[in-house]
Amino acid sequence: MGKLIVSLSPHAHGTDSVEKNMYGVVIALVPALLVSFYFFGLGSAIVCATSVVACMVFEWAITKFILKRENGTVMDGSAILTGLLLGFNLPSNLPIWIIIIGALVAIGIGKMTFGGLGCNLFNPALVGRCFLLVSFPAQMTSWPVAGQLGAYTDAMTGATPLSVMKDAIKSGDASVLGQLPDSLSLLIGNAGSGGAGCLGEVCALALLVGLVFMLWKKIITWHIPVSIIGTVFVLSGLLHFINPVYADPFTVIFSGGLMLGAIFMATDYVTSPMNSRGQLIYGVAIGLLTIVIRNWGAYPEGMSFAILIMNAFTPLINTYVKPKRFGEVVKK
Amino acid sequence: MNIRTFRIGGIHPEENKITAEMPTQVAALPKQAIFPLSQHIGAPTKPVVKKGDKVKVGTLIAEAGGFVSAPIYSSVSGTVFKVDTAIDATGYRVPAIIINVEGDEWEENIDRSDSLETLDAHPELTPEEIVERIKVAGVTGMGGAGFPTFIKLCPPPTAKAECVIINAVECEPYITSDYRLMMEHADEILVGLELLMKAAKVDKGYIGIETNKPQAIELLTQKTSGNPKIEVVPLKQRYPQGGEKQLVDAVIRRQVPAPPAIPVNVGAIVQNVGTAFAVYQAVMKRKPLFERYTTVTGKRLSNPGNFLVRMGTPMKELIDACGGMPEGNNKLLAGGPMMGKALTSVDVPVCKGTNSVTVISEDEAMRKSPQPCIRCAKCVSVCPMGLEPFLLATASSMHNWEKVEAEGITSCIECGSCQFTCPSHRPILDNIRLGKSTVMGIIRARNAKK
Amino acid sequence: MSFILVAVLVLGAIGLVAAVVLYVCSKKFAVKEDPRIADVAALLPQANCGGCGFPGCGGLADALVKGADAGTLDGLFCPVGGQDVMGKVADLLGMAMANSEPMVAVVRCNGTCEHRPKIAEYSGLRTCTAMHACGAGETACGFGCLGCGDCVAACQFGAITINNETGLPEVDEDKCTSCGACVKACPRKIIELRKKGPKGRRVYVSCVNKDKGPVAMKACKTACIGCGKCEKECPFGAITVTNNLSYIDPDKCRLCRKCEKVCPTHAIVAVNFPASKPRPVAEESKDDGENVEQIKTEA
Repeated sequence: MGKLIVSLSPHAHGTDSVEKNMYGVVIALVPALLVSFYFFGLGSAIVCATSVVACMVFEWAITKFILKRENGTVMDGSAILTGLLLGFNLPSNLPIWIIIIGALVAIGIGKMTFGGLGCNLFNPALVGRCFLLVSFPAQMTSWPVAGQLGAYTDAMTGATPLSVMKDAIKSGDASVLGQLPDSLSLLIGNAGSGGAGCLGEVCALALLVGLVFMLWKKIITWHIPVSIIGTVFVLSGLLHFINPVYADPFTVIFSGGLMLGAIFMATDYVTSPMNSRGQLIYGVAIGLLTIVIRNWGAYPEGMSFAILIMNAFTPLINTYVKPKRFGEVVKK
Repeated sequence: MNIRTFRIGGIHPEENKITAEMPTQVAALPKQAIFPLSQHIGAPTKPVVKKGDKVKVGTLIAEAGGFVSAPIYSSVSGTVFKVDTAIDATGYRVPAIIINVEGDEWEENIDRSDSLETLDAHPELTPEEIVERIKVAGVTGMGGAGFPTFIKLCPPPTAKAECVIINAVECEPYITSDYRLMMEHADEILVGLELLMKAAKVDKGYIGIETNKPQAIELLTQKTSGNPKIEVVPLKQRYPQGGEKQLVDAVIRRQVPAPPAIPVNVGAIVQNVGTAFAVYQAVMKRKPLFERYTTVTGKRLSNPGNFLVRMGTPMKELIDACGGMPEGNNKLLAGGPMMGKALTSVDVPVCKGTNSVTVISEDEAMRKSPQPCIRCAKCVSVCPMGLEPFLLATASSMHNWEKVEAEGITSCIECGSCQFTCPSHRPILDNIRLGKSTVMGIIRARNAKK
Repeated sequence: MSFILVAVLVLGAIGLVAAVVLYVCSKKFAVKEDPRIADVAALLPQANCGGCGFPGCGGLADALVKGADAGTLDGLFCPVGGQDVMGKVADLLGMAMANSEPMVAVVRCNGTCEHRPKIAEYSGLRTCTAMHACGAGETACGFGCLGCGDCVAACQFGAITINNETGLPEVDEDKCTSCGACVKACPRKIIELRKKGPKGRRVYVSCVNKDKGPVAMKACKTACIGCGKCEKECPFGAITVTNNLSYIDPDKCRLCRKCEKVCPTHAIVAVNFPASKPRPVAEESKDDGENVEQIKTEA
């Protein structure tokens, strides 16, 4: 007879693993990735591939040569995910060298300086994206128009729905909003008629498919996406009702990086609060900040900044917002 | 029908109830029976036999060692070999009485007939008399923890019992002993419940059963159809529904406050089905607790089954009856895979709380190496007590005892849901347990000072 | 010229207001500190290493003064300054110096991988406390060292290391400050603070197993089996056997080493003695015995 194995209970383990979760999110991003190929063709492929490969290489190199850890986390899917999300937040005509700088900042500064997977305070992909946005504002805000499949850096650029909205607010002329595509075409991504934007934000429907997949696989819970989208919807509806200079709520939630941010960026495990109450507060605050930055800030898009700001508040939320303890409720 | 369950957290582990439809067999008598002196929560018992004494089945061999204690009776007839030490489920050597088995001679006062004694036929049984008989028979909780039953029936003066809840949930994977007991002795269990209700002076009884046992639900519902006092409550499958506090929440929708509160503070007395059966036997048949239903199971056992086992039987004999220990390294558990104790020896005897002997093969038993916490918050969402396991584990490993106490570590019921769910395979519960035991020590020391 | 005057007046007025505010604050919010704390802190090395377990020398000084008021300095010790500094502090505070004799942490377990066969495989959190809660651990001995190094983690001075060959912790006597952290950390209470002894010479029972002889012997070849031979042999009455375990009282032991020679399981250990004639012989025979046994078990 062999030896007996001992340990403390539990002696069973579910089949969940870090890899399953990370690759699950990657799979959830596939519809949006395919749509971005369909709209932006070559440029999209180059940007995504560069971003993913660069993130993985930096992750591997930093674990091996700087942190000198034996077993790296390159293959657990987290670097692939960061790379993919970073790519989704870039315009499809961005030169390769800028993407590589973005990946270095995302992985190097956003993730590994804090100690690697699980230790980072801010969402790495957004750190990379915002670094690029403030460092290369010209390249980062010239959005190629969808439908130029063979073009890369030479693609024609156009105005995004968000910049149209911003113009309307600045000029105070609601008729400017007439240039916006209708919300249905924003939803299904039929933005061929002058639609432009980041890779991952042209088709809200593909992102929603990803959300359904992640909810079905229990990778994330509904709290963060629903609270963000709900807050933005209600607030923008209110603004639209008061003053039609502000776009209608459907257009607002289907345009720009809102869906991408609410479904994939804000729900990042590491940088979001640890219980459902906290997640709701976090989501509502992100929605609020997004509306504020979009409508009254300097940038047309506020999602990234809103998420990063709330990332910084996550530890505070974790400290003060506790889950409902058993026995705390009043007797019924 | 609105199927209830508890309201916070919970998981659904793979059931693996491979022995569910196997009728109970009577296990062979052991050659030597081992009785650890502490088989329950509370003070250890004091032996009343010495080396060379002759005992019969049902002879008192160790008396209660304090108020919170329960006497132990011999399950075999024979000669006391020695009063020495033996390894029990804790993994350590503890004082124990070891008896060499000779024949099978029972004490005369035990009623061995199968006839069903109903409560109506015995109006002479007062609540005090029932409690006394339960106490004398050494009945303890049969679900694992092993708290002496009579104490639960005498709540502190500050609390008033309103109902008795029978725990027939059996939410642990693999285990089927309670299910078999229900299928084979439903009438006795119902009389047991009536006895418990009378002893606790309440007139409402519930039986909580998970919906993965539809036959048991049907059988008991049918048998209680004429009795408005007893209600069978089907419950949605969810672990750890068998935890006392979760069961109370699921059945009567009341949540027990944080320790030191106990279920009776919200009016519920929870007893296991096995306990109800033991109460029936103790009160009606004058049979002390020395036998129990135990599942011997494991995916790689060639012949698993449910057994009626005399306590003190070494687990090795049960496993041999099921085809012997599988090749290679195995994990041997007293209890199920979620809360059972891993044993360091196959000679550990079956005790009052051993509801299952589970054998898990090496590939399932060895834990995967832990990865960094990705803060996915899954442990928080499954914690049935609404705690934050990741925080408790980290703070415990950093010996931050004030912090873990403030975060309610003493409420942890050690169900293991957090560790089961953790995608990073982190030893969350191991750390929490250390923190919990340290904090309990600190609290005890603090109370002692006052 | 008037702008110069204005500037002087304005700056002067600001300065005056600030001075008044500062003065009021310094009086109003003054923190009264026991002057002895500063005196004690002055005696301490001011390395602020935290080795005493307090945040810097100031923290220890504070604790020492509070301790003196409470009437005891137990558990307060500056490992860097050592006995000299602590003596001065005790004088200053008018306290008697406790623990004047140098102590050292002693690991009382000889259960190396070779002496104590593994009977189980542990798969879980690798700390001694977790393993202790789980049962006897990987060997049959429910008292001996678990080898996961809780003591190593507890030691602030790097004085304890786990020897990979034996699986047991070893104490570096020069680094050990006898702070007692390892004693508290060990869930099995194996580590004891004992007198360092003249030239570091000590005799002690290197086992804490309270099982009966045969059981202990089965679990570990060098377990104390409580046979009592040492108790009879000791001319000074320093040895007592309780619960099948022998204990040598360091206050009574005169380091004659008679007990070491009679111990059948070599559970009694004498350290730092010069290699005398009988010693190498004894060690050789011990080694031989083990080798023979090992060959037997292998065969």
